[in-house]
Amino acid sequence: MMPRAPRRTPDETAAIRAALAVGVATAAYGVSFGALATLSGLDIWQTCFLSLVMFTGGSQFALIGVLASGGLAAGPAAVTSAALLGTRNVFYSIRMSPVIGPGFFKRAAAAQITIDESVAVSTAQRTPAAQRVGFWATGILIYLGWNLTTLVGALIGDLLGDVSAYGLDAAAAAAFLGLLWPRLKERQTQAVAVGAAFVAAILTPFLTPGLPVLVAAVVAVVVGAFNLLDRSRRTPGQEGAS
Amino acid sequence: MSAWNVVILASIICLALKVAGYLIPPRAFEHPTVARIANLMTVALLAALIAVQTLGAGQSIQVDARLPAVLVAAGLYALRVPFVVVVIAAAAVAALIRALT
Repeated sequence: MMPRAPRRTPDETAAIRAALAVGVATAAYGVSFGALATLSGLDIWQTCFLSLVMFTGGSQFALIGVLASGGLAAGPAAVTSAALLGTRNVFYSIRMSPVIGPGFFKRAAAAQITIDESVAVSTAQRTPAAQRVGFWATGILIYLGWNLTTLVGALIGDLLGDVSAYGLDAAAAAAFLGLLWPRLKERQTQAVAVGAAFVAAILTPFLTPGLPVLVAAVVAVVVGAFNLLDRSRRTPGQEGAS
Repeated sequence: MSAWNVVILASIICLALKVAGYLIPPRAFEHPTVARIANLMTVALLAALIAVQTLGAGQSIQVDARLPAVLVAAGLYALRVPFVVVVIAAAAVAALIRALT
């Protein structure tokens, strides 16, 4: 690679544009988290601690959701559901590990901002440089925005009301769909995406929140292990020979 | 458990989960099958997440303004409309449906 040019490549610019779009929509959600967290019985410091340290939206909403319905007696259940929803971040960090590269502090910082959004923006980019830019831009932008809006929400959240009235929940799903879209050109990824979405939706009424998404990942393991539906490689069984 | 116990314990677990993936040596993922699974795993997780975000309401399935909004988004992506425009359009569709119903 050449030394870093001051001017960004079109791929890197696209990564930053995606980071901004995803970042702003996600950060707006922090207001609703802050407001709901204080309603669930946490004080402002505890609310902000969650966004600063836990920093993974699904787990944060799960934790306060359980606390809101069960109070402190439901503490262990709250911790468990937050952990369950956070488990997918293990797979994300495994995926991001080679993108981030070596360096203790860099990897420690990357770990903290390894979330759905940063990984989604990164993996949607074509070049390794754009993948790196997409990850850091999205992660840092959301970290700052999410913590700021959490504080705002904890202080004045009640005034704004339910942010779903602005369609932000649909915007989040649409944003993830857009990040997945470029990867749906091959039949194998299409099959995995449709299969996983189906499994997660079917299991939602039967499993505790967080688990359906994790179980859906089994679709990737099955399709990946047997290399099903891959048109580029017609002779399975020789992958081991590298 | 005090509220602080719950908050700190859950936060440490979630942070540890993120760190865990980075502690596994990248060489473990050089095998083509493992690399393929790791790659497909993010596709599966994102697709599952979209399904749950579009249809899930706690531990139940609920069809509401989110579904038409996401379907409109899919149509716009297929027409190669830029990402930002699609996300705003999806929010607008959901907000409009909620305002009218």
